[in-house]
Amino acid sequence: MHPAVSVIIFTVTSGAGFGLIMVLGAGLPVPGDGRPLLLSGLAIALAAAGLVSSTFHLGHPERAWRAFSQWRSSWLSREGCLAVASLAVFCLYAAYWIGSGERVALLGWLAAILSLATVYATAMIYAQLKTVPDWYTRWTPACYIAFSLASGFMVLAAFAGDGEASAFARLASGSVLVAWAIKMQWWKRQDSDTMEASGSSVATATGLGGIGDVRLLERPHSGENYLTREMVHKVARKHARKLRRMALIVGAAIPFLFCLTVIWTTLPNALLGLAFLSLMAGLFIERWLFFAEARHSVSLYY
Amino acid sequence: MDDVTTLPDRTEKKLGLVIDLDICVGCHACVVNCKEWNTGGYGAPLSDVDPYGDDPSGAWLNRIHTFEVTPEDAPAQIVHFPKSCLHCEDAPCVTVCPTGASYKRRDDGIVLVAEDLCIGCGLCAWACPYGAREMDPVEKVMKKCTLCVDRIYNENLQEEDRVPACVRTCPANARHFGDFADPDSDVSRMTRDRGGIDLMPEMATKPVNKYLPPREKTNPNAPTPSRGGEYESADGFLGWLDRMLEKL
Repeated sequence: MHPAVSVIIFTVTSGAGFGLIMVLGAGLPVPGDGRPLLLSGLAIALAAAGLVSSTFHLGHPERAWRAFSQWRSSWLSREGCLAVASLAVFCLYAAYWIGSGERVALLGWLAAILSLATVYATAMIYAQLKTVPDWYTRWTPACYIAFSLASGFMVLAAFAGDGEASAFARLASGSVLVAWAIKMQWWKRQDSDTMEASGSSVATATGLGGIGDVRLLERPHSGENYLTREMVHKVARKHARKLRRMALIVGAAIPFLFCLTVIWTTLPNALLGLAFLSLMAGLFIERWLFFAEARHSVSLYY
Repeated sequence: MDDVTTLPDRTEKKLGLVIDLDICVGCHACVVNCKEWNTGGYGAPLSDVDPYGDDPSGAWLNRIHTFEVTPEDAPAQIVHFPKSCLHCEDAPCVTVCPTGASYKRRDDGIVLVAEDLCIGCGLCAWACPYGAREMDPVEKVMKKCTLCVDRIYNENLQEEDRVPACVRTCPANARHFGDFADPDSDVSRMTRDRGGIDLMPEMATKPVNKYLPPREKTNPNAPTPSRGGEYESADGFLGWLDRMLEKL
């Protein structure tokens, strides 16, 4: 599938933003001396930046508001509605927190649950597609939610002060490991040839399998078209192995080692900030692969 | 806003196409006539980008692929394979649409895009297993086969022209239009008689359009006539001409 940069930015940054809302809303102790304005502002900024970015790949962004209408059937519509709802509730929560210093548990939990649902809906936009067997699995929302939470914990750790950094680093590194373990499971499933397991082949796509071996002799047109550009994207798979290793090093190993360094040594906590940036970079590679490696059933016709 | 992206439980009619893979000669006339009609008909024109340049590309609602099928015990055969929207009963492209632009009509089952509601997100094209939807490169809205909704009910046209452009133009009569909800319609009968099939039934989309598989070859292993090389001597005038030319 075509890896649109705007969609990669959207899923990674809004995932981090909603992950941060989840951990803040759930009432986790906040690092440093509170910093409610900074942390909640960052959560809102990340989530909103991702959502704004998602409109860049639309043909008609000026009509984007219409996407709030079909929540009864469409995961994309649900995602939009839930995102706005969780941001609205969290803004209330943050305003009260900044104003009075008190964290209203009820509002916080509501924002956290709505954020969790938002990230789930984001993942379901892809996981609902039978046409892309790599995505059509419960492991897809599991990955999105785990990465979202890990990003949230990592942001918290990045702002930890002396004396508390170790505890936050433990939490962050643990969540990062869990998230990548789930992703490894997702990759393992992808490597098992999900297209074949889904039962689709050029034989079923053409209905000619009963006669004999079917192979494409000629494409409809000699040039590329919307379908081949959007869904029959092949370049990426060439370097998939290398990129997976890069994603694991940048997104898992480096953040984990930086966390360990902060836990075990007296090196500055700023390393945790770098760990967060590294995690984000790793997730950009992971998300690029998520799209670029995925095979669509229409590729059976090309 | 109506809950339009939910599919109707059932439709009054099930209008669609039968495509006969035994007959299609792969001439692309249906492709061209589809483009010609639909660039001036329903919705925005079907645009092209760089049409006379090095890398032409554009939106088409109907494309013909060509496959080679090799049976175990017979020579390979060529099958031309026209592909357009199958107007599925359980159309996944409809339910994924976030704006309600993509819908299936309750009265005749045609799947359409209301272009003024389309935000061009492309998710419906991703949800379609068959590649039946293409984003218009200029208008940035999703285009798809309308079953020539602006022809089939058009009383300004002669009655024989009230069929989709692809059906009307097919010189080999490989395409047929009709109502699959009516068991006595031509399309229903053809589908029954020839064992019409669904494409990718495992996707559970319940396509309305049916494909008639190529008929079994009556004598698949018959020796192919030899070309070139040895030829037999002819009689009569040709034989005389042959002998005369030999002498020259």
